[in-house]
Amino acid sequence: MTFLEGQAERQGIAIGASGDTRVRSASPAAHPATVATSEETPIKMTARKLSVFYGEKQALFDVSLDIPDRQIMAFIGPSGCGKSTFLRSLNRMNDTIAGCTMTGEVMVDGINIYDRVVDVVELRRRIGMVFQKPNPFPKSIYDNVAYGPRIHGLASSKEELDEIVQTCLARTGLLDEVSTRLHEPGTSLSGGQQQRLCIARAIAVSPDIILMDEPCSALDPIATARVEELMQELQKNYTIVIVTHNMQQAARVSQRTAFFHLGTLVEWGMTEQIFTSPVDDRTQGYITGRYG
Amino acid sequence: MNYLTTTLVLLGLIALAFTLGRRRAPVRDATWVKTASHASPGYYGAYVALWCGLPCLILFLAWIALAPTVIDSLIVGTLPEQITAGKSSSELSLVKSQIHSLAAGQAFGEPDPALSEAAARYTEFEQVSRMALFVVILSLAILTTLFARSHIRQHFRARVYVERITTGILIACSTVAIVTTIGIVVSLLFESSRFFAAVPVHEFLFGLNWEPQIPIREGQVAATGAFGAIPVFVGTFVVSTVAMTISVPLGLMAAIYMSEYASRDFRKAAKPVLEILAGIPTIVYGFFAVLTIAPWMTEMGAKLGIGVAPNSAIAAGFVMGIMITPFISSLSDDALTAVPNSLRDGAAALGATQAETIRQVLLPAALPGIMGGVLLAVSRAIGETMIVVMAAGIAANLTLNPLEPVTTVTVQIVTLLIGDSSFDNPKTLAAFALGLVLFIMTLGINIVALQITRKYREKYE
Ligand SMILES: Nc1ncnc2c1ncn2[C@@H]1O[C@H](COP(=O)(O)OP(=O)(O)O)[C@@H](O)[C@H]1O
Ligand SMILES: [Mg+2]
Repeated sequence: MTFLEGQAERQGIAIGASGDTRVRSASPAAHPATVATSEETPIKMTARKLSVFYGEKQALFDVSLDIPDRQIMAFIGPSGCGKSTFLRSLNRMNDTIAGCTMTGEVMVDGINIYDRVVDVVELRRRIGMVFQKPNPFPKSIYDNVAYGPRIHGLASSKEELDEIVQTCLARTGLLDEVSTRLHEPGTSLSGGQQQRLCIARAIAVSPDIILMDEPCSALDPIATARVEELMQELQKNYTIVIVTHNMQQAARVSQRTAFFHLGTLVEWGMTEQIFTSPVDDRTQGYITGRYG
Repeated sequence: MNYLTTTLVLLGLIALAFTLGRRRAPVRDATWVKTASHASPGYYGAYVALWCGLPCLILFLAWIALAPTVIDSLIVGTLPEQITAGKSSSELSLVKSQIHSLAAGQAFGEPDPALSEAAARYTEFEQVSRMALFVVILSLAILTTLFARSHIRQHFRARVYVERITTGILIACSTVAIVTTIGIVVSLLFESSRFFAAVPVHEFLFGLNWEPQIPIREGQVAATGAFGAIPVFVGTFVVSTVAMTISVPLGLMAAIYMSEYASRDFRKAAKPVLEILAGIPTIVYGFFAVLTIAPWMTEMGAKLGIGVAPNSAIAAGFVMGIMITPFISSLSDDALTAVPNSLRDGAAALGATQAETIRQVLLPAALPGIMGGVLLAVSRAIGETMIVVMAAGIAANLTLNPLEPVTTVTVQIVTLLIGDSSFDNPKTLAAFALGLVLFIMTLGINIVALQITRKYREKYE
């Protein structure tokens, strides 16, 4: 049972069995054979008619979208088109912005995360986030990774905590690089290492979903390649949503792609299809570099 | 010809020098590489202006500092024998001030004709001095201006020189601050050493009895007095502790609320109001302490069956705590607000509650600022005098009980120096010794706080 079902059950709310809806591709017949993933992938998150406002200004217009379970979905689009806004509404990070309101719903495992019964703190534990600029805490590398497990009481002993930290650092490929200096500040690492530290910190609380907002935009090509490799690896266990302005990156790592423009979701579907035969002219224009 | 005119003329000359230098700047043209001028014309102006102004400024200051002494000695030299004969230097200075006041037109009674004559001469000398200064400054300014202007050539590196001179001025300014500090410490040390010649160091530092009486008349029976500083320092400690116990939690909580929970509008309105607390004159706090808080505490104590003296450390400390709260709240608030939002987001995205974020991420990151506020508050508490005089008293009780009257170091310094006594008996010299120990203590507190901050701070870039 997932956490959300658990919460809903405690509150006496019936929810439909998750996983019974299927991802709907924008044009299923277009390139059936070239896509690695099956059409039958269960969905993890669904947004329905989601609109977000900053004060009076509407930043997102009626976005409806399905995000598949344990795959990578990429959001692309020109700057300011609402990708980050949409991503942040998926774990309610927008709640922290004064004056930010929304309408519509976001379902995770079939329950609306904006429902009163959902505890936002617990929600964010299950839906982690990695930010554009690496933001390690000004604590030691060890404490950065141990922070989440500590506040959620995920480890009952020092050994168990060590184990979690080691595993998470190992999964991000950072362990070999930092094993001798676990107690030095996380801020002393290079940009790419800091970003991988932030990813290690995010997976240390074992979330179901990881949201990444342009995680490589501050990194050099080698560090970017490492993070992309890491995403491919993480995808086996986690649902990943990544915002990127780098279309090669979207094409390389994701199975699904959604294209945003001026606050609306223009087109979404299998990555192959979006990049080779987009339906909408605006998508066509963006991926061929006519604007952006 | 007064000093103001001289100053104005000098300023005019400096402006003129600037224009002259600027005009003299090498022309920049399309082939600038060949005729490379090193700086923009403003630097040539500044170079000449500095040459014009700086030597004159130094001369001006030196003149103002030295002229009165020179004139005085000239005047004294011209006085008739019968006035100066056999006079000590302090008696002579009395004569000098008599001449000064006569020159200023304040005559008491019938002045000695010799003195009146001296006063007239004094006025005359002073005028001559001012006139001379004017002429000297004028010629010096013109000379230096011409000199500076004459060596501006095609490849003159005006910017480099101007920046060097500016650096020199900056160094001189910081030196003033350092020299002042050293001067204060040295004079404290010197006067204290005179005190310790009369009262042994160990008696002062470890004595439990503070009764700074000395015989006023020769052979007076009243005892020699006791200079044991422990009760006074314990008093300071008790009052400051009460104040910090109140202000640290209050200030920190207020800062957390203002930076993390309050809306921006509320913060904008509430912060200045809170800071006004620090601007209220301490004498007003003193009223408040002695007229409102102290009686209220005595009454409450009586209801609870605890004896609270009408003059008590707790009343003074309480009011002082209120007074210094804004130092802590304001600096902590600034420090917390300065922590980047990305850290708040990072913690929130891990499922940390706001309280967890504040405790484990924001407070450690803001620690240096918070510590700065606390230190400022501690030094205000230790240095505060008025509230203590009014609310805690001047009796040196050796007690750790905040419900009893105590006195503090600063209050004792004031009482030691009040009244006319010369600076050569242990009673007044004790003030310097107290000041010295207080200085060493606050220095120690600062060092400890710095160490704590270094150890526990979490440095974000
Ligand atoms: N905190 C905010 N307050 C007000 N407006 C915002 C805020 N964040 C984003 N916006 C606005 O919302 C729109 C979408 O922004 P964003 O989601 O950051 O775009 P993207 O991530 O695609 O570049 C932009 O017009 C931006 O100016
Ligand atoms: Mg963005």
